[in-house]
Amino acid sequence: MAESLAAGRVDTSESYVEHTVRLLVIATMFWGVIGFLIGVIIAFQLAFPVLNFAEWATFGRLRPVHTSGVIFGFGGNALIATSFYVVQRTCRARLFMGEEGAFFVFLGYQLFLVMAAWGYINGISQGREYAEPEWYVDLWLTIVWVVYLLVFLGTLMKRKEPHIYVANWFYLAFIVTVAMLHIVNNLAVPVSFLGTKSYSLFSGVQDALTQWWYGHNAVGFFLTAGFLGIMYYFIPKQAERPVYSYRLSIIHFWALIFLYIWAGPHHLHYTALPDWAQTLGMTFSIMLWMPSWGGMINGIMTLSGAWDKLRVDPVLRFLVVSVAFYGMSTFEGPVMSIKPVNALSHYTDWTIGHVHSGALGWVAFISFGAVYFLVPKLWGARRLYSLKLVSYHFWISTIGIVLYITAMWISGVMQGLMWRSYDQLGFLQYSFVETVEAMHPFYVIRALGGVLFLLGSLIMVYNLVRTARHETRAEKIPVLRTRVPARPSTAGQPAE
Amino acid sequence: MPTKIEKDSVTGTETTGHEWDGIKELNNPLPKWWLYTFYATIVWSIIYFVLYPSVPLVTTYMRGALDWSSRVELTEKMTEAAGRQAVFLHGIRDSSLEEILADPQLLSFARTGGAAAFATNCASCHGAGGAGLSGGYPVLADDDWLWGGAAEDIYATLLHGIRWDESEDTRFSEMPAFGDGILEREQVAQVADYVLSLSGVEGGDPDSITAGETVYVENCAACHGDSGEGIMEGGAPRLNDQIWLYGGERDQVIAQIGRPKHGVMPAWLGRLDDNTIKMLTVYVHSLGGGQ
Repeated sequence: MAESLAAGRVDTSESYVEHTVRLLVIATMFWGVIGFLIGVIIAFQLAFPVLNFAEWATFGRLRPVHTSGVIFGFGGNALIATSFYVVQRTCRARLFMGEEGAFFVFLGYQLFLVMAAWGYINGISQGREYAEPEWYVDLWLTIVWVVYLLVFLGTLMKRKEPHIYVANWFYLAFIVTVAMLHIVNNLAVPVSFLGTKSYSLFSGVQDALTQWWYGHNAVGFFLTAGFLGIMYYFIPKQAERPVYSYRLSIIHFWALIFLYIWAGPHHLHYTALPDWAQTLGMTFSIMLWMPSWGGMINGIMTLSGAWDKLRVDPVLRFLVVSVAFYGMSTFEGPVMSIKPVNALSHYTDWTIGHVHSGALGWVAFISFGAVYFLVPKLWGARRLYSLKLVSYHFWISTIGIVLYITAMWISGVMQGLMWRSYDQLGFLQYSFVETVEAMHPFYVIRALGGVLFLLGSLIMVYNLVRTARHETRAEKIPVLRTRVPARPSTAGQPAE
Repeated sequence: MPTKIEKDSVTGTETTGHEWDGIKELNNPLPKWWLYTFYATIVWSIIYFVLYPSVPLVTTYMRGALDWSSRVELTEKMTEAAGRQAVFLHGIRDSSLEEILADPQLLSFARTGGAAAFATNCASCHGAGGAGLSGGYPVLADDDWLWGGAAEDIYATLLHGIRWDESEDTRFSEMPAFGDGILEREQVAQVADYVLSLSGVEGGDPDSITAGETVYVENCAACHGDSGEGIMEGGAPRLNDQIWLYGGERDQVIAQIGRPKHGVMPAWLGRLDDNTIKMLTVYVHSLGGGQ
């Protein structure tokens, strides 16, 4: 019955793949909560080392579970879910390979995540940041990713719109580039076919550069390009306004894609990496500032004419504030890539603060906004269960982020300054352990910020579950009084 | 869908005429400040390319007009820093420990340098300021010494370590495990009571103490001395004070007699340069118990 209905109505939502998108949204929130929880645990472990109570629960084992959990679990599922949702609607076409193809991507991707996390807590790791999974997990992800690319590309190719929407450029750039990064950075020789251990194909500084070429572009293409795709669909939809500038979207897209890929060496300033490569990493990071801000301008200015909606719509607030955090992080990043600044910031908590202003403020907030948008639509609810709870979530998380990043700024700058303090006779003034002691209060504040962020996500899950059950909370829905169109007053104006 | 350019009612800007799922795009130009800032970062980068090492060539790279190199800069800075300390470092190199201790300027420099080196290399075991850690990490800030507290003794300990296999000259002492077939369980308890009584702990069982004295004389006095005063040359700790490396509770003393623990300290010769080891010696010597 449903099939026959769908067959004739290609344009309507019945024909779009939605079941798997729902599963992906659930996975997004599942991994989000897990990732935030582990983040809180490891933050407390740093402040109170006694919490490293078992081998599998030590900081070193759990940290990759946190980073992979939030980046690939939460972020990755959000990207796959939204890309499937957006590409169908902006192409007016059902997903290529249909529900089955999408379901394979969903299931395969969750299997990748579980295999990765299982490996981490058992001490199986390549020791490459954000690319910790060993060779067998990498191979499996490659298969899943190729299917994902086929589903996405196939849908673009059968689109019924003459042009490809900007969100899809970003999604495609994300999928293609991540495939390239993943394959090259994980070129490794397994020790045996039945063992988990492998050795990288590269060695020494080449290996380091490959890793940070990957690592930085995981930020650039996974956490930036992909989420800009989310921004370009969900902000105009939620604000009900046209995108600010088509021209800006073209220029900043190509500038971003071209420049990002060179910026990785700034992770290796003042190392064995040749000076010329460090120069490239730094200058391309500086040139990247405006292309990044092009996305911010396009996101924020899309609200022009709809600013007042921010007062009543907490979902839109999530989306817009995320873009503001994006702007802040993409200014801070180029500043930190400047060598003299990097000499202070590198290896300190400042880097951690920088990453989290992007991760919590930009990536998580835009994902929260998108999920709040999606759940009522995907589960056929009239509206969210409670806008008030969205508002609570927004403020609790925002306070959490502010605590987190200010604590890490202070702690990081202090740490950097202590490391480089010399006395009059030319001796180091502080030992390493003294810097650790000085950072302790900020570690505690950071952990508390994380608790707030986790708490916010739990409120969100509660709200979404009630929404999916088609429940609504009796609350006053704030409504904007419709603006009276400005009319020329009859008194002061000459008659037409 | 045909292209249909409209005018946005709120801003008065034209759209591009495309539409996707209800989303339209305005045809706003690039913001001028944005474009010019972008150009400025490109110009700045090009200037930086010209001045600093930048473009890779086949066998070399463009070295830049300033001929700058991070390696050269590092060497210069290290040389300059060493130059500022040179007077003192040469003084330390050319002076004996006694001479350093007698020269106020060298002494002050050595104590500062030693403190910095101590915080980085030693404090993790011996505690900040040499306060020691329970469980076998001796306090360095008191006047109780296992291997001697004269500057020369401290220097030798630092150079060669304690029970450090890789160093031939390492300090070595080993107390037998008296619980492994040498003494009866009861005798171990008796000698523990006696040793505790030596250090002035009251309330022990008098019979056990008396029996323990016999055990002590036969088994322990050769190394630890007739009255438990210890023999520093052999690294046998003094037992008639209240300082206990592995704890002064009766259980702990019994455990240390039955199956002793032996601490290890690495040899610093080869890890730190001689000047630093000398400065560490002076610093540790100055902590309060130097002899």
